[in-house]
Amino acid sequence: MTRYLHLSAFMAALLFATAAGAVEPRSGYDFLPPEFQAMQDDPFENPGMFTVDLGRELFNAPGDDGTSCATCHGADGEQLRPARIARYPVFSPKLNGPVTLQKQIDLCREERMNEFPLTYDDPSLVALETFVRHRARGEPVKVDVSGPMQPYYKEGERLFRTRIGQLQMACSHCHEQYTGAMLRDQLLNQAQTNAFPTHRLLTQDISSLHRKLRDCFATLRAMPFQPGSEEYINLEVYMNARGNGLPIETPGIRR
Amino acid sequence: MDARLGPVLCASLLAAAPACAADYLPWRVTDSAIEEPLGGLRGDAARGRELVIARDKGNCLACHHLPIPEQPSHGTIGPPLMGVGARLSAGQLRLRVVDEKQLNPATIMPAFYLHPEALYRPRPDAATTILTAQELEDVVAYLTTLK
Repeated sequence: MTRYLHLSAFMAALLFATAAGAVEPRSGYDFLPPEFQAMQDDPFENPGMFTVDLGRELFNAPGDDGTSCATCHGADGEQLRPARIARYPVFSPKLNGPVTLQKQIDLCREERMNEFPLTYDDPSLVALETFVRHRARGEPVKVDVSGPMQPYYKEGERLFRTRIGQLQMACSHCHEQYTGAMLRDQLLNQAQTNAFPTHRLLTQDISSLHRKLRDCFATLRAMPFQPGSEEYINLEVYMNARGNGLPIETPGIRR
Repeated sequence: MDARLGPVLCASLLAAAPACAADYLPWRVTDSAIEEPLGGLRGDAARGRELVIARDKGNCLACHHLPIPEQPSHGTIGPPLMGVGARLSAGQLRLRVVDEKQLNPATIMPAFYLHPEALYRPRPDAATTILTAQELEDVVAYLTTLK
């Protein structure tokens, strides 16, 4: 219990902010006990780094036609630009809709490397996404929802505020209205996405955002949507944009 | 999938399963209370205390502090329920457990006896009320003992 005491000051600030109607984005990192913050900060202790390393291998590995991600983006992705990574999801005129970072990686593989597309949240794609987003660690999230992304942002927010499942709760209940309160021994955070894909302590595994959303739906005894579904992509648009300004932490440590 | 599970769920007249749409019992609000016990059932406070703890039933400790010292880490989302039986009548407590949204539409608190057709995307095995009518009365009976 005492490990949460250091949080009391900003919890009070949060409650005040909620009352005032506008909440400043706070990374889930701020809600972690210090030992898990330390685990996230130490690349030798952070279990998510195994996934980063796997993603790096996949990134550099040539496919059947001899090309790899590194062919365009440099060895270890050194030519990837953090500011571009931080803008995902972006609007794709070609698909006439939002493209998540993971989907963009799969499209690249298909279009530039003649690979077959993979299922959304395929472990290889999650590893590549984790590696690529790790390249942008520290970069502030900056999703532009002012233009053609606006309707997807709105739709994501609508779902974020929709009561789901037998327990009839919306994301916003726990992660907006009651941020800072205790759900038994769990300190409720803002459900920010800046650490995804993240290592999860409960599953002891890397988790994409869509997999986490599935788990949240299951907790509320709701029928989940599929990873890569329109609904989860819209939620990703909304959730990433509501965390604009937070530094990318991939791979984070989260409950 | 739904069609296959449907008949199983609606067999709850036979078993003590939570109510599906077919066997949902009506209730009536008067003066911010439901005075009549659901189905005229009589609650068992000792059983109610168990249901309040059970994570797959009431799970009240997730959000509320209760005089249940053997359980660790009571939640702080809802108000503490110590003395709630002195502050509210059985009928007022019943309405709050059946459907707190009748009083506070924005509440996070689930309605423990909501008509299943009002649920959005319930898992097929959870397209029911959270508690049975009997369980709901048990919980109300327990809460009335918290003087």
